[in-house]
Amino acid sequence: MLTFIIKRTVLMIPQLLLLSILIFFLAKQMPGDAVTGAFMGKPNVSAEQMEKIREQHGLNDPWIVQYGRWIRDALHGDLGQSFVHKQPVTQLLAGRIENTIWLSVATLAVTYSLAIPLGMIAGRWTRSWADQLIVTYNYISFATPVFVFALLMLYVFGFLLNWFPSGGSVDIRITEGTPEYVLDKLKHLVLPVLSGSLLLTYSTVQYLRNEMIDTKMKDFVKTARAKGVPENAVYRNHILRHSIFPIAAFLGYEITGLIAGSVFIETIFSYPGLGRLFIDSIMTRDFTVVTALVLISGAAVIVGTMLSDIILRIADPRIRFG
Amino acid sequence: MSLLQLRDVSVHYTKTGSFFKRKSAVIPVIAQLSLELRPGEIYGLVGESGCGKSTAAKAIIGLHQLSAGQIFFNGEDLSQLTRKARKQQMKEIQMIFQDPYSSLNPRKNVWNIIAEPLRNFEKLSKADELKKVQKLLQRVGLNEESVYQYPHQFSGGQRQRIGIARAMALQPQLLIADEPVSALDVSVQAQVLNFMKEIQEEFRLTMLFISHDLGVVRHLCDRIGIMYRGSVVEEGTVEDIFRRPQHLYTKRLLAAMPEMDPEKRQHKIKQRLQINEEFDRLADTFLDAELQQISDTHWARL
Amino acid sequence: MEDNLLTIHNLRTSFRINGRFHRAVDGISLTIHRNEVLAIVGESGCGKSALALSIMGLHPPDQSAVEGSIDFQGRNLLQLSTSELNQIRGKKLAMIFQDPMTALHPLWKVGRQIEEPMKYHSMLSTKQRRQRTLELLKLVGIQKYKQVYQQYPHELSGGMRQRILIAIALACDPVLLVADEPTTALDVTVQAQILELMKELQRQSQTGILLITHDLGVVAEMADRVAVMYAGEIVELAPAEELFRHPRHPYTQSLFHSLPSSNERKQKLHAIEGIVPAIENLERAGCRFAPRIPWIAEKGHDAEPVLQEIAPGHFVRCSCYQHFYLPDGKEEKDVSAAAT
Repeated sequence: MLTFIIKRTVLMIPQLLLLSILIFFLAKQMPGDAVTGAFMGKPNVSAEQMEKIREQHGLNDPWIVQYGRWIRDALHGDLGQSFVHKQPVTQLLAGRIENTIWLSVATLAVTYSLAIPLGMIAGRWTRSWADQLIVTYNYISFATPVFVFALLMLYVFGFLLNWFPSGGSVDIRITEGTPEYVLDKLKHLVLPVLSGSLLLTYSTVQYLRNEMIDTKMKDFVKTARAKGVPENAVYRNHILRHSIFPIAAFLGYEITGLIAGSVFIETIFSYPGLGRLFIDSIMTRDFTVVTALVLISGAAVIVGTMLSDIILRIADPRIRFG
Repeated sequence: MSLLQLRDVSVHYTKTGSFFKRKSAVIPVIAQLSLELRPGEIYGLVGESGCGKSTAAKAIIGLHQLSAGQIFFNGEDLSQLTRKARKQQMKEIQMIFQDPYSSLNPRKNVWNIIAEPLRNFEKLSKADELKKVQKLLQRVGLNEESVYQYPHQFSGGQRQRIGIARAMALQPQLLIADEPVSALDVSVQAQVLNFMKEIQEEFRLTMLFISHDLGVVRHLCDRIGIMYRGSVVEEGTVEDIFRRPQHLYTKRLLAAMPEMDPEKRQHKIKQRLQINEEFDRLADTFLDAELQQISDTHWARL
Repeated sequence: MEDNLLTIHNLRTSFRINGRFHRAVDGISLTIHRNEVLAIVGESGCGKSALALSIMGLHPPDQSAVEGSIDFQGRNLLQLSTSELNQIRGKKLAMIFQDPMTALHPLWKVGRQIEEPMKYHSMLSTKQRRQRTLELLKLVGIQKYKQVYQQYPHELSGGMRQRILIAIALACDPVLLVADEPTTALDVTVQAQILELMKELQRQSQTGILLITHDLGVVAEMADRVAVMYAGEIVELAPAEELFRHPRHPYTQSLFHSLPSSNERKQKLHAIEGIVPAIENLERAGCRFAPRIPWIAEKGHDAEPVLQEIAPGHFVRCSCYQHFYLPDGKEEKDVSAAAT
């Protein structure tokens, strides 16, 4: 098992390398660069001056040199200088990463703790009213764009009812470290998390439901019933155990959805995380920041896929020995 | 002269190493298998699952790379032939499979299923093709009008007939039948066996009949080869094998057949126990045994 | 009788197909005694597996209806709730399934699968359960029982898995074992071993076995009594030796004659005309086998055939058996007629 984890981790290196090259090129393909972005709308800076700045920052070097420099610095924890914010990208990311991780973990946790019971109910009592309700919810959540739903949540619970704060990650008047601080952070998380997870559930619910309906028909379930195993235990120990692990394979995919969603959600709820920074940076052509962010999200997807693989391997002996 | 000859054929699977482990394991599936089929005979290849009998069939039709040995068909070494000549030879070898449910494409109608080999080898006009397909259907005892039907509309026995019609479309010299009746009920099995016998006589077909069922093989075949762990351990006529089995594994197979005659059952059970005991004791010794000729038609590794 | 284990009376099992219920098992009455192997033999679609699953209460309730009565140790199994049934299933009444490749949980170790029924049906401690499981593995002839205890099903051969299914069934000392095609997926030599094992265990424990099979050879090896099923009904019921010596019902006779081993080599096998009717379009009145022996005159069949005892313990449905003969001269026609 340990050798597998090590192998799998080593395999990530070429993946990450490829990712970084790809990102570097895509970023280069974007119209304009950091200099254009930084001085956009400032007519007092001439083209010659901009060219000079480009030369200074090595933006005219051949790509391989630029890439080499970038990756070397990145490995040293230096993701470059933000042109817009005039500070190192690493510093810029520091506080926001934490926020985004909180948001993502909470969203995933809520997603799964909603989706798994719903999928189980729908899978066990197929065609019951509860199942039909769940399936209907599933179709609706699948079809609803996240920005529409997030805006609606913001409008209803943030403005009309005023139950939850409508922006930010914490009230700046509260001192860090106190219990109130933590509580306030959580309070700020409620709306963004719900907007994300209520829509993210559909794939897990759908998958678990289908998987359970499939598993119900399997011979080994008949064996379990013939053993006199109580109905609840048949579902809990036999069917669920068999149905739930394919869902782990979707973790990597879920994370992708999460990252895409967080761009909208953080923007709409003015939540200071990576997603919002991403949009802002694209708007201002802040090349270094965008590259760093895409790299981080790409890495998150790769790590997620690896986690899926490892979970599957732990859970399924057939793969373990295969 | 023999129609088909396998000379010391070996096939093995290589379990390729992973990205990190370069070393790969070689797993032999058939080892030094030699067989000879004479024109017009039905040769029964018998063995239990995993003995390599299906692999042998696939090797003959070229689905498995040989790791050693040669296969001759009509006196020509198949591996030495040019692509084109090989294709022509392959036309003469057709195969039917165990599971009539999965070996027919469910999305093609009967016409397309049966015409497929024709289209690969013969350029026929649409009308001629239809005529030929209908004739084949009639020959296998199915309604001519069923050309537009799909496999799921037929019963298991009928599907196996469609498979036979497809195999017979090019009038091959050799028909390889891989457990063709194992998935069928007894009464349907009887229909298909009767019919295969008829076809074989009518077209003077040579048949390699692969089966695990000794009863079926005894009924249909002229000569029998008993396969165990990748090679034939005993070969002879039906008489030789059933009356004078020499190899311990052959004896064991025969003893394991259920006995329906109440008079003979007690004797059979005693015999079975005795042979099993002997088999457990000697199982490791006979694998490298030498070929021994017992009579003109009968030999075994003893 | 004192030693009746299971008494089935007028069992009718129907399945919903396209919104309508059709009977797969149509009025079966049977008794299984203690220490007896009763074989149910028939071809696919005759209702034999539906019968087995009806006894075990394993048909999905929304897609099927089971009527009649199945008395087991003084209780009608069909009247019990699922939780009441679960007190019996796996304990006094156990089942062995057909396909050892799929009947075991792929993600559980063998040991846990055998221990599970004991968890629900006995007071044994974890340690005692483990002990008993190892004994069971030994009992079903697994030499490396300690190793197998720790293994997953996919690491074992088909024969080994079938032994494990038997161990599961025996875990709580059942008095009746329902075995649905227990050796169909196995090789002949393995089949012989498994049948021998089942016989041996049955002799030791006096368990009753209801053996469902399509294989007359297996019946011959195992059964004390045999019921032949065709189209949802029992057409013949007799002590095994009697049946093999004097099969009476036309269907039973036809089955025997279609076996390669009961024919001369290279001779044409007897092929039963036509095909088994699907349960949706089964003629419910008269002799159900009549369409497949059209050379027997209509008046040779009973209007409402019932099982009648023609010798002690030997029952045959419909009196057409009295006029039955095999159509020797018309076999040439058989092949083509059979296919349409």
